[in-house]
Amino acid sequence: MSDVQAYPDSGEAQFGDYVALLKPRVMSLVVFTALVGLLVAPVGVHPVVGFAAILFIALGAGASGALNMWWDADIDAVMKRTQSRPVPAGKVQAGEALGLGLALSGIAVVMLALTANLVAAGLLAFTIFFYAVVYSMWLKRLTPQNIVIGGAAGAFPPMIGWAVATGGVSLESALMFGLIFMWTPPHFWALALFMKEDYHKAGVPMLTVTHGRAETRRQILIYTVLLAPVSVWAALTSIGGPFTLATALVLNAIFLKGAYDIWKRPEAQAEGDKYAVEKRVFKFSLAYLFLHFAAFLVEALLKVYGLGGWA
Amino acid sequence: MSFRPDHELHQRRLSRNVGLGVTLVAFVVLVFALTVVKVTRGDPMQAFDHTVRPELLPAQTGGTQP
Repeated sequence: MSDVQAYPDSGEAQFGDYVALLKPRVMSLVVFTALVGLLVAPVGVHPVVGFAAILFIALGAGASGALNMWWDADIDAVMKRTQSRPVPAGKVQAGEALGLGLALSGIAVVMLALTANLVAAGLLAFTIFFYAVVYSMWLKRLTPQNIVIGGAAGAFPPMIGWAVATGGVSLESALMFGLIFMWTPPHFWALALFMKEDYHKAGVPMLTVTHGRAETRRQILIYTVLLAPVSVWAALTSIGGPFTLATALVLNAIFLKGAYDIWKRPEAQAEGDKYAVEKRVFKFSLAYLFLHFAAFLVEALLKVYGLGGWA
Repeated sequence: MSFRPDHELHQRRLSRNVGLGVTLVAFVVLVFALTVVKVTRGDPMQAFDHTVRPELLPAQTGGTQP
């Protein structure tokens, strides 16, 4: 009998557990939106520089995810959705998550400064600080508007991608930020409506718990209404064009209809059909963001052939 | 001469060590690629090489450089 057989399942953290600390699914959204921010910018970058910059933005986002898992290990252990994360599952020590998060944050910011410029690196550093400290440590457990604040952290990547190419911030990048910022509350609150047990158990002041479910439905509608002009405004700038505008109008019409349906129906009806409308709107909200940013990208491609844009 | 069998620690940590190794090699390759791109800025690299090359000389001395 070899030593290996004597320890069939040692519980040792594997490489994949450390990757899981970086929240790879969130990272995929970061990569996509940062890439769009980079590609729709009026200044081109060398493909190798662009690839490396996106990689370091993703690494920075992953690092903030690890810091969040270190800080929120107690909440994660209570909620069903997050119980299997590496720290509450006992695979990785909380201190290791902290060390990995801090080390990767430093590497990502310094490497982005060397690869692109100081503006992009500064924005990335601020994003990590905002997500880990302002959102996770400070406001998440303090206010039911936590989702709105956390949404700002998720809204930075396209702005950083734009800064990698242009070295600055502009109306277009601010509107891409605004698009994700306004989109996050209705997206997340739709989820909170049908995952109600979890947040309640963890004691996180989710809007559904503190202000009731009817108020949450109203807030979803309010933010969706506020999202529409940001989306249309972005489509009217230099990163937009007729194609983007048409896409934005269709997407917002569907999202507004969904938010209106959520607002209008009483809780008993929602419980009756097991939150079918809320689940549908949540799924659509994911498609909304993906398709909206894809439209910016298509518009940029059309411009190459002289077809897109307003000029 | 005999080889000692691997300690079980090596087996337990195999995926971590291989994963970290691959990550570090990828990082080195990336930094090298970035260095080449940044140094050349898209142009082929040229420097003094003990022979006169007009493309490296300023225009007023018969070269093409500004």
